[in-house]
Amino acid sequence: MIKKDLVIVGGGPAGMAAAICAYEQGVKDILLIERDQYLGGILNQCVHTGFGLDYFKQSLSGPEYAERFIAKIKTIPQIEISLQSFVVNLSSDKQLTYLKPGSLNQIQAKALIMATGCREKTREMINIPGTRPAGIFSAGLAQKLINIEGLLPGKKVIVVGSGDIGLIMARRFFLEGAEVKAVVEIQTKCQGLIRNQVQCIEDFNIPFFCSHKITKINGNKRVEKVSVVKVDGDFKPIKESQFDLECDTVLLAVGLIPENELIEMAGAKINKSTNAPVSEKLNKTTISGLFVCGNAYKVYDLVDTVCRDSETAGEQAAEYLKGIK
Amino acid sequence: MNKKIICTQCPKGCVLTIDLQNNQIISITGNECPKGQDYANSEIKNPVRTFTSTVITQGLSLRMLPVKTDKPIPKQKLLEAINQVKKIRVCQPIKVNDIIAKNFLDLDVNLIATRNITS
Ligand SMILES: Cc1cc2nc3c(=O)[nH]c(=O)nc-3n(C[C@H](O)[C@H](O)[C@H](O)COP(=O)(O)OP(=O)(O)OC[C@H]3O[C@@H](n4cnc5c(N)ncnc54)[C@H](O)[C@@H]3O)c2cc1C
Repeated sequence: MIKKDLVIVGGGPAGMAAAICAYEQGVKDILLIERDQYLGGILNQCVHTGFGLDYFKQSLSGPEYAERFIAKIKTIPQIEISLQSFVVNLSSDKQLTYLKPGSLNQIQAKALIMATGCREKTREMINIPGTRPAGIFSAGLAQKLINIEGLLPGKKVIVVGSGDIGLIMARRFFLEGAEVKAVVEIQTKCQGLIRNQVQCIEDFNIPFFCSHKITKINGNKRVEKVSVVKVDGDFKPIKESQFDLECDTVLLAVGLIPENELIEMAGAKINKSTNAPVSEKLNKTTISGLFVCGNAYKVYDLVDTVCRDSETAGEQAAEYLKGIK
Repeated sequence: MNKKIICTQCPKGCVLTIDLQNNQIISITGNECPKGQDYANSEIKNPVRTFTSTVITQGLSLRMLPVKTDKPIPKQKLLEAINQVKKIRVCQPIKVNDIIAKNFLDLDVNLIATRNITS
């Protein structure tokens, strides 16, 4: 079986920052595995600016930010990159199985960093009753459809959740010519950055309903309308306040969940309520030599912090490898 | 009327309170440096935004090329900008910072690429 000193799973900013730092700390035999056709992770679909204010002292778009790391990593031949490679199995002794078009591969790692990012919460996880028509998307998926595939998934949109992803997508749909009927937020105020509240919602007079929630999605083949209701201090619906909004699309921007099924498979302990690894110190898991960094470790707000903490993972792996030599 | 905005001039992000009467600025508070005063003034008189979007490509490795203006443009030009962007097609390989449209909308800014695209 092929052996590597350090294998990193996930080629987003976390995986790239960890790889570069591990190399700089003396690890010279690194494999970076990414399931997509390119490096960069979620940054590739975040075409808006505002990234890197802290790390690069500049306001970059997501792809620009990723490109800085990609350019650097490509100058380091000791970091081998395997794209279109989907890791499907991980054992407690750090053997990985990954699929590549046309082949099934196995590899033995001495140290392992998982930088697999997050996935988005779904309708099922926030319990919105109603029918199951087409037109319900997670906000990040819609972002990918518009910014990567060039497809506009709807014309009359309701955004559920006012975190940054929801706000950014409200603006994106608006500028693409869709009608954004409302952003609905169950908390008493906007959850995203004030900058995004101003530049994504107020700039375009998009109706914003805080202390409101969606109680029902209606529609046969396609979403036709949603029912919205005001909630009290205990998030209980105030029945008389209910109203309907016509729409063809519901975007769910209701949070992210760290992606940790692989380390769970390997026997590392997972916190069942957050899906993050049980960890006594940054990036550590309950298996020694197995590290988790970036959004897979915890949901970060800023990619700059992701990169800083992931560099630490690179150092930790280098340290671990020195210890077992 | 009090308007609250966050200063976007540096990572600190001061929350500025602008006291407005008939669209005239009476006072600006909350800024920790002079940049905040300028930002608040421009937000009231001529708000500007960096415009970002995607351009359709033809015959290249990616279907969409992300772009931005290299300087912010007046806020009320954003819709015009998106209509203009929809007319552009990119057929040549592109590098980050390549100019996609010079003097975009006659606003004295360039529309530039924010991703590398190969053939
Ligand atoms: C929709 C959205 C919008 C955001 N907007 C902003 C913003 O405006 N400003 C800001 O600072 N931050 C923003 N963020 C946060 C920032 O983008 C993330 O914090 C950062 O991208 C996280 O980096 P990561 O490397 O941990 O994860 P990701 O970028 O998600 O990278 C994970 C990588 O792992 C790969 N992967 C996963 N599983 C496997 C597997 N089994 N095998 C192989 N590869 C695998 C994935 O394909 C992906 O490339 C946003 C995040 C999201 C989701």
